[in-house]
Amino acid sequence: MSPIPPAPLLEVDEIHTYYGKSHILDGVSLEVARGEVVGLLGRNGVGKSTTLKAVAGLVHPSRGEVRFEGRQITRSPAHQVARLGIGYVPEDRRIFRLLTVVENLRTGLDRRGVTAAKKKELLERVYEYFPVLAERRGQAGGTLSGGEQQMLAIARAMMLEPKIILLDEPTEGLMPRMVSQIREIIDVLHRDSVAVLLVEQNVPLTLEASQRIYILEKGVVRHHAPAAELQANDAVIHQYMGV
Amino acid sequence: MQFLHAIPLDQLLIQTINGIVTGMILALVASGLTLIFGIMDVVNFAHGELFMLGAYVGVIVLAATGDFWIALAAASLVIALLGAAIYLTTLRPLLGRDPLTTILATFGVSLVLQNYALWQFGPVARKIQEPFTGHFTLFYLDYPWYRLVIALLSAAIIGALWLFLKFGTYGIWIRATTQDRVMAQAMGIPVPWVLTVVFAIGAGMAGASGVLFGPLVGVNHAMGLDWILKAFIVVVVGGMGNLAGSIAASIFISLLEAYASLWVSPAQAVIVSFVVLILTLLLRPTGLFVPTPK
Repeated sequence: MSPIPPAPLLEVDEIHTYYGKSHILDGVSLEVARGEVVGLLGRNGVGKSTTLKAVAGLVHPSRGEVRFEGRQITRSPAHQVARLGIGYVPEDRRIFRLLTVVENLRTGLDRRGVTAAKKKELLERVYEYFPVLAERRGQAGGTLSGGEQQMLAIARAMMLEPKIILLDEPTEGLMPRMVSQIREIIDVLHRDSVAVLLVEQNVPLTLEASQRIYILEKGVVRHHAPAAELQANDAVIHQYMGV
Repeated sequence: MQFLHAIPLDQLLIQTINGIVTGMILALVASGLTLIFGIMDVVNFAHGELFMLGAYVGVIVLAATGDFWIALAAASLVIALLGAAIYLTTLRPLLGRDPLTTILATFGVSLVLQNYALWQFGPVARKIQEPFTGHFTLFYLDYPWYRLVIALLSAAIIGALWLFLKFGTYGIWIRATTQDRVMAQAMGIPVPWVLTVVFAIGAGMAGASGVLFGPLVGVNHAMGLDWILKAFIVVVVGGMGNLAGSIAASIFISLLEAYASLWVSPAQAVIVSFVVLILTLLLRPTGLFVPTPK
């Protein structure tokens, strides 16, 4: 096992959440270091999306703690969590359908302390990564294809200049060409020292893109290992994912 | 076509102008209502009372300063602040609960405000003096300039709101929050603050329309009732939460009523609005002025 760096960027410590009476997260703990790509695997309904929502401040755990850069954010409102540098890309993308592409990006860009020059730089950078968004900048978000909406959702999160991006099933329902583009953008984020917490059903992609993997089952982390180790020995993946 | 020949062209034109003038004021009341509904799914039953209190603030400030425009600005501001206070104390704690609770809460607020006005100002109607008393000749009528000014001012206020929503950063925040409140938060938009501001803007618009309309009817504690009923009708006919739809519906219904009053008494002409409402709910419940949902 690779040693965990001394000061993790994100620490999730024994969080519990309930939905009505059912226990969704039953004490999930994980850590993400600065610039690290961490994969979160598990079958449907084991609490992967809820874990991301708890980090983003959209679900408040009833027990346990979420810390970001050593700071307690367990019960902070979501908009404050976002401004600390946590970008969230939800499973269903949740593009603002009636806003244009640029307006979607501006929801994250128009913040206090971002100069005009900085805004321009951030926009140009995402247009460089996703040229199709530059082409469609004046088009309503709802008119984009599924793949384009996924790119917009990631680009929108990048507008927050995040230190970590939470990606919830970014390749779901996408064509193979789009999937490899998403794979590339994860590498780009990694190169830019942006950490990624990746929830995916696509196991090979997750193992390739991540440094470390957590495997979730019934609301708890059952296994935790470097991605390379799991790639070499896929018995564990078989056991928990049934693939 | 025989019955159309019975109506002289001049009367038809006069009623068209009347319809547009009433329609624009109605649009000003309704756009605040629809803005609030669109962003927080709250049907604000106290909207008519904000309109009424705006008129009273206008009466007081006009008496103190003698300036109609200061009265208009002061009423918008005071009612906007009152709106923010109502939102923070009464509605914010209820957000996310059954919509019925917010309906009951705003209905309760409306009763309180109405009776406060009755207690404070008494049952006798007050008068707001219009800023211009000039007339121009429209066929056989002396038509007051002030009526046209109200229509233009209402259009200007609605136009300013549209520009604000379309181009400003805060406009983008408001539209994003209207579409997806959860995702807006995840993008760092301070949603609780946005909701308070939207409620204040809607209230301020109601306050402004109270002052603008005051000179035409006289100000009393029950003046909000007629307007709020009509505003609800146009908000439903225009498609709940759809700003452009509400404006179109305001003018459409006011024109229909104005034309209907050529044949029947104005009191009976009100029936036309209800007929349109019922037909809309039966045939196109999402609203007349919205694209067919896919």
